[in-house]
Amino acid sequence: MTNRTVLFDKHVESGAKMVDFHGWEMPINYGSQIEEHHAVRQDAGMFDVSHMTIVDIDGSDAQAFLRKLVANDVAKLTVPGKALYTGMLNEEGGVIDDLIIYYFSPESFRLVVNSATREKDLAWINKQAQAFSVTVTERPEFGMIAVQGPEAKSKVATILNAEQTAAVEGMKPFFGVQAGELFIATTGYTGEAGYEIVVPAVQAADLWQQLLDAGVKPAGLGARDTLRLEAGMNLYGLDMDDSISPLAANMAWTIAWEPEDRNFIGREALVAQKAAGTEKLVGLVMEAKGVLRSGLKVITANGEGVITSGSFSPTLGYSVAMARIPAGTAVGDTVQVEMRKKLVDVKVTKAGFVRNGKSIL
Amino acid sequence: MSNIPSDLKYASSHEWVRNEGDGTVTVGISEHAQGLLGDMVFVDLPDVGDVFAAGDDCAVAESVKAASDIYAPVAGEIVEINEELEDSPEKVNSDPYGDGWLFRIKLEDAGELGDLLDAEGYESSIDED
Repeated sequence: MTNRTVLFDKHVESGAKMVDFHGWEMPINYGSQIEEHHAVRQDAGMFDVSHMTIVDIDGSDAQAFLRKLVANDVAKLTVPGKALYTGMLNEEGGVIDDLIIYYFSPESFRLVVNSATREKDLAWINKQAQAFSVTVTERPEFGMIAVQGPEAKSKVATILNAEQTAAVEGMKPFFGVQAGELFIATTGYTGEAGYEIVVPAVQAADLWQQLLDAGVKPAGLGARDTLRLEAGMNLYGLDMDDSISPLAANMAWTIAWEPEDRNFIGREALVAQKAAGTEKLVGLVMEAKGVLRSGLKVITANGEGVITSGSFSPTLGYSVAMARIPAGTAVGDTVQVEMRKKLVDVKVTKAGFVRNGKSIL
Repeated sequence: MSNIPSDLKYASSHEWVRNEGDGTVTVGISEHAQGLLGDMVFVDLPDVGDVFAAGDDCAVAESVKAASDIYAPVAGEIVEINEELEDSPEKVNSDPYGDGWLFRIKLEDAGELGDLLDAEGYESSIDED
């Protein structure tokens, strides 16, 4: 039994090829995922992300609960609307999920978690919440549309009312604001400017149509994947999972070690992992013909690693990948990937290749 | 439904074959196949002069989704390749039966054409997938 988002009919109208994505019937492309990719890098594209799970955390212990639940520290959030990216870890220091947390007040937060991990996330959150005075409320009554690209904000501006325009005026990156019936956030998964807009389900199709009429191109999961890969953003289930430390997933920056007495779940395991050393998630670039793929073996001077995500980069015109490899290999080094029974030289880079339409290599 | 021209022959591995009537055939991949593969990013073609038996893997179509072998639908020598695909692999997607052709083979045994599927036979073979 597959789920459909509230925008299913709009996808079919636009000629989408629908695929099963972890139990959701989602558009993989509307013809050409490469053209959709370029639309986002050069103009404005939109993604249906209504399958993602919104969870509101409210109550007098909301802040204390989240300071225990996730590795980053929500006490850093003091300006209403400010967002935080973090991992939610298990006791062994593995990543249960990665998520964005929006702060409204110390007693009110919004979490956006992955759809593929919805059930285990909710079970874990509810279990951990028992010791706190909080309510955990899933919000399935909303759809969500991500509008991304250099022209995304200007195109969205053409369909906002005066109240909404005032609400998003001058909004910095990684903020969210309730503007009338829309929750509009300056977040995304592409490395471009833009918004993620939470909209009541009954209004989602109208909003999608307004955006289409404003010249925003629909883009599918295929383009979403190459865009986030170029931007060096992790995909849960590929680049990290329950058995992978955030230290081995380029997520060290999301761990708030200070204050030392904040005993978040997984802290003890992370301290031990850090002392022992972990693998590293790096970028790989192959300018020769061919495409690096997830699962391929990487051979380094310090042992073997694996490509976690790999694809063709439409912006760069060659293949890029993220790989988890043993420590000791530096940016600029050459390692080898086993492809079609041959060993091919590839260059090690930081995990992150394109930002705001341009190469950052 | 995908377009399957009735004047072509097909291999069950999704190559199409057009008899040029001069002892050569032109080979490409079907519209159905390009749809399954998605946007093409590289096409690795054989060299002119290479000789293959029917069923040999002789080219690789690499799309955003996967790398797929392409098989020689008939035996023979490669007499021409579509060099345009080097810079424009997307032609395989946009015009699979025209500008997106892959290579031309000089037939070793014209009788092998009889072993290929006709449009109807190919359509039922993809319905079974």
